[in-house]
Amino acid sequence: METSPAVTGGRTRPVPVPASAGRSEAPAAFRESAGAVLGFVPLGLAFGALVTQSGLDWWWAGLSAALAFGGSFEFLLIGLVTAAAPLAAIALSSFMVNVRHVFYALSFPVHRISGRLGKTYATFALCDEAYVLATREQARSWPGRRILWMQFLLHLSWAGSAIAGALLGSLIPGNVTGLDFALTALFAVLALDAVRELRGDLPTPVLALLSALGARVLFPGEMLLAAFGLFAAALLARQLTTGKRPSHA
Amino acid sequence: MPDPRYAVAAVLVTTAVTWGLRALPFAALTPLRASRTVRYLSARMPAGVMVILLAYCLRDLSLTEKRSLAPLVALAVTVGLHLWRRNALLSILGGTAVHVILASTVFAH
Repeated sequence: METSPAVTGGRTRPVPVPASAGRSEAPAAFRESAGAVLGFVPLGLAFGALVTQSGLDWWWAGLSAALAFGGSFEFLLIGLVTAAAPLAAIALSSFMVNVRHVFYALSFPVHRISGRLGKTYATFALCDEAYVLATREQARSWPGRRILWMQFLLHLSWAGSAIAGALLGSLIPGNVTGLDFALTALFAVLALDAVRELRGDLPTPVLALLSALGARVLFPGEMLLAAFGLFAAALLARQLTTGKRPSHA
Repeated sequence: MPDPRYAVAAVLVTTAVTWGLRALPFAALTPLRASRTVRYLSARMPAGVMVILLAYCLRDLSLTEKRSLAPLVALAVTVGLHLWRRNALLSILGGTAVHVILASTVFAH
């Protein structure tokens, strides 16, 4: 299933370098992902600036952006690392925040991507925005190479802006604070869009909000874990009581 | 700066968990697709997770402190902009700009 020597030769870099036949997909991928890239740049700059403002070195922003590549958890990771949280707590938190990616496998068109290296990179760089772009109605006809280019452009803009933000962050005067609100605003926007997609299923956001408030009061030290656990349990209980019995226990 | 080895290990742990969650389900796809529970959860989890993460970001808000007005006003601006224009970039930039201005000036501590 390997595509070309040019691709298999680049094992050390998990970045697909399409052979001449695929070059034409790059401009199309760029046009389709321009909106998401524009969203990544200010967030990446804010992430990088926050990394250095929190006392971490600039290269850590690049490392996290290039390897972990999960924007929302990376913001949370800054706080966990500066608080010297145990690695097990970091693993558990990243699991809970990123477990939503499990569901992306149900519809992300990985079968259209050829080559083991390409498929590997596609799963590695499967961020929320890549999933949304690749599963939209108008992406039905996208060849695999365009999906890979789109993912690479998102990855590159995130890592590049994170490093730029970390290097420029030291130029921000110390009395300018509040950049961390970019994360809150991101979640507010994503929550509004996701709730709108539920089309009137109001109990779901209400259950989530109650889970968060309950976790805040009952388990203030482990609010995130407790909230996700309460919410998952509430959803399962709701599914059972509404009569839609699961086909798997 | 915390111990660099620890800071790197934290990123590697996150990378392993995140990549595992992104890649492994493709191998276990067939039974997952048949599960009604998974489909039920997958339709509702994203919205709920985002609501929880938003609440988590605001967990230290104290309604008795004047300082809390900065994030509350910025949140109202973000939500208002998003309901009005539905442009994610505009909403995030607008809300963050309002927060930086308020937190750095009027509500500076």
